[in-house]
Parts: sequence; structure tokens; C-alpha cells
Amino acid sequence: MTTLYRMPSLGADMEAGTLIEWVLQPGQTFAKGDVIAVVETQKGAIEVEVYHDGVMGRQLIEVGQTVPVGTPMAELESSVVPAAAPEAEGQPLALAVGARGMGQEGPPQGPSVRQAPSKSVPVAASVAAQAYAQTTEGVMIPGPLVQGGGGAAQGPIRLPVSPAARRLAQQRGLNLDGLAGSGSGGAILLADVQSAVEALASGSPPAAPPGPPPASASAGRHPAHPGLDLAAMRQAIAAAMAHSKREIPHYYLSQDIDLTPASDWLARRNAELPPERRLLMGVLFIKAVALTLKGFPELNGFDREGRFEPSAAIHVGSATAIRGGGLVAPAIHDTDQLDLDSLMARLRDLVARVRGGSLRASELADPTITVSSLGERGVDRLYGIIYPPQVAIVGFGTPRLLPWVLEGQVVPRQVVTATLAADHRHSDGHRGALFLAQVGLRLQEPERL
Amino acid sequence: MSTAMTKDAILAAAQEELTNVAPDLADETIPPDADLREVFDLDSMDFLNWFTALHRRLGVDIPELDYPRLRSLDDVATYLADRRGGHSGRE
Repeated sequence: MTTLYRMPSLGADMEAGTLIEWVLQPGQTFAKGDVIAVVETQKGAIEVEVYHDGVMGRQLIEVGQTVPVGTPMAELESSVVPAAAPEAEGQPLALAVGARGMGQEGPPQGPSVRQAPSKSVPVAASVAAQAYAQTTEGVMIPGPLVQGGGGAAQGPIRLPVSPAARRLAQQRGLNLDGLAGSGSGGAILLADVQSAVEALASGSPPAAPPGPPPASASAGRHPAHPGLDLAAMRQAIAAAMAHSKREIPHYYLSQDIDLTPASDWLARRNAELPPERRLLMGVLFIKAVALTLKGFPELNGFDREGRFEPSAAIHVGSATAIRGGGLVAPAIHDTDQLDLDSLMARLRDLVARVRGGSLRASELADPTITVSSLGERGVDRLYGIIYPPQVAIVGFGTPRLLPWVLEGQVVPRQVVTATLAADHRHSDGHRGALFLAQVGLRLQEPERL
Repeated sequence: MSTAMTKDAILAAAQEELTNVAPDLADETIPPDADLREVFDLDSMDFLNWFTALHRRLGVDIPELDYPRLRSLDDVATYLADRRGGHSGRE
């Protein structure tokens, strides 16, 4: 039977998306979780996924077209009627770009949270590693979707290349240098690589690149990745935050936490490990929140026009800043089930892809709560603004040395101030306080995180 | 274990790895003595990724205790050169 793939909503404030590239072509078979297309939004270029198996049918919109959320983009043929509640899959997590954990209950709001089939995930990871010749193991620095020129590069490819194009080029052993790109700014798209592959097969050389690519029109373009329009992202953030402040009755709680046990534990642990295996404190914060959330379902879920929809799974959105201005908090799926090393690897990968402008749709749509940390250079505490449709946000200030009373004595201790901002329609201060206190208690036993 | 590298070569390698870790700074001129955190807003994740890359490339494992005094490209290049050059002339 034929179903329609519609432009997904990739955020509470998204109204329309622009199709940048088709990844699936008519007649191609796909599996749940495969990327069907790349869509440009205010959050940058996002890979959107399909949520059941099938065969790609007719493409209904064209590359470059901007359509409202919900507009049919393509016809999909499938022999199976998608169930209202997709079953969870028992596949282990892989530490690679785009990998994720168990599925989410309930009908998909948009692209699904599914483990991508093994063929597509590791390929993306190895292409990412190839894009930067000097990249070290465990640090996934992907080739950004569209990247600005410049920078003396030795080895790393500096051309603007789409992820799908990279994958195909890597599969076919095609060198991208000197390839003509038909995308904006000279970007090499999947179609270009396909033409080059065909040209090679028929013995004729690929087309030579044209002159210097036209200058990017938008002044908000980030220098390293024009696929990320910072001005547009700023607008999206503004819309979401204004909506949040208008509609959500926030309450705020704050707790100073003795971070000395965690800090000492981390230092001892990291001292015995090489850099690629070390943990950052932020990972402990995220894990403590994820574990504590299991006992506080009213903080883990979504507001649907005033009605609370709890989430069975816990996907912490980790607020990540972009140098030059910009903020996004993509989901780390099933955060509570990840051990600290896996969580660190996922966080590194996520941060790299945020800064490179290549996130997946499910990472934007799926956070059930947000955690925001100021890091090492900041202020004592941060009061967050809830990102709709979530119902809570946890903030961590910059840890500092403070006088503290321990067993009747005043001693210097590492202290971090954690805050909770939550939606008073769905939880109250008593429960919020218990939650925050428990996060603090968990951080006293870092070895159990 | 390590072949001799001039400090300039080490500096160049450090610059290249830094650009890999923070591609958005690729078009910037980073003065070797600039405080990378204060001036270029590099954070602990950036530094960890950078030191990971340098460990792989130059064979030097930088312990966390040494992080605070490594503020600029020059600091890092000098540190790496010292570590690679052994304890020549010193105890």
C-alpha cells in the first residue's frame, strides 16, 4: 500500500522546511531509520528518517522547494501497514554517528527513534573519520554538510559535501577532490557523485569544477558551515523562548551540591587513562539527571496543549553552544541506560555534529528534558527556560571552591549549583525539590553513575 | 621512540589538529600566544579532543593536572617539545 512521507516537524517552532537533497531514489528499498532526505531548517541541515520498511515511490516535491510541515514529500510503498505503536527493537547501542537506542512508544510524531540498520550507521562513521585524515579513534568529527572554504588543509577534505554524497563516494572509492558540485556554494551532492561514478564506469573523466563558488547570500551564515544559518537559528530560538515564557508557568528551584567526591573520583579515574578515554564532569551531571528522572515521570515528557504526555524512555537533550552564537539541545537517546564511557562518546559525537551542522531529525524532536551546563567558564548558577514541548530543564553552573560546613568544621569544597525550572501545570515545587535533592545525592556516589 | 621534531614543526602540527577539532576557527588567525579559552572560546570538550588528537599524532599523553597551564598554542608546543625531547639538561 502507498503511504505518504510528510515534511516532519523538527521543533515546536518549525513551520516549514526546505528540501536540500533526496537520499532515497524511487525504486530503492529502505528500512526503518534510513535517511530519506536532507531538509534545511532554522536549526541547520537535518537528515530526516523513514519510520517503517518499504520501497521509495514517487518524489512529490523538488530539491530547493520550501513546504509547510505536514506537506507530502514522497510516496512510500510498503507491504506492511505500519502499526500504531511500533514495537521496540532489542538491538544494542553502537557508538557511531547517528546510532540510537530502543524505540519510542506511541505513534511517531515524525521520524522514528529506531536503530538505523548496521549498514548505514558504521558507513557514516567511517566516512566521517575519512573526512579528516588526522582524526583520532573515538572522536567523530564528521564532514559538515556544507562547509566554508579556506583553511590550509593537509589531508582533510575541505569541499562542501553532503553526507549522502560522502557515503557513496567512500563506498565506491571515489576521490572527491576536483569534483564539480551542483549544490549551493559549490556543494557536492549525491547526484554529483552518482554522475561521477557513472562517468568513471564509462571511461570518461568527471566534469571539472567550475570557477569559485558564488558568495553565500545570507549574512547569517556561519563561516565554517554555511548550511547553518545563525541568523535563522537565532530567530528559531527567539520564537521558542518567547513562546515558553508566555505559555509555561515556570517555577524555579536551586541546590548547592558538594561536588568534591565526584571531582576527586573523576581526577583519579582520568589520571589513569589516556585522553581518548577520559570523562568530562558534564557527563556525570547528565547521567545523574537521567537516573533520577526514573523516579519523577512528571518531569520527563511533553506538554500537548495543556495535557501531559509522559515518556517511557528518557532522552536527555544536552544544550550545546555554537561558537559565533547559536544553541541547540539534541537528544542522547536512552540516557539512563548508557554507561559513562558510552555517554561520553555519544556526547563527543553530538557536539562535533552540532558544530559541523549535521544532526538527525530524531535528535531534535526527541528530548524529554534538557540539561544545560555552563562548563568551566561561566557563573555560579543558570536558570533555564523550558524548551517546548518539554516540561523541565536542569541547569548546572560552573563548579567553584567554597567554604562548606562538614562535621561541624568549615572546609573548602568543590561546589556546583544545580537548578530546576519546571512547568507548574504538570509538577509542583515539592516534587521538583525532591528531584533536585536526589540528583545531588547521586553525585555523592559517582562510581554508581 | 619519537623522531626528533623541531618546535616549529610541533607548533604546526598542534595548529592543524586544533583546526580539525574546531573547524569553525579554520579561517581565523590564531596568534600562538593567545589564550585559547578566553579569546577563542574553546571549552573543555575542545581541549580534550585536541589533546586526544595530539596524543595519537605525537605520542604525548598530557595528564589532566597539566591542563591549567596550557593556555595557548605556544604553551602546548613548548610542553610537547619538552616531553618529546626527554629531560635533556634537566634532572
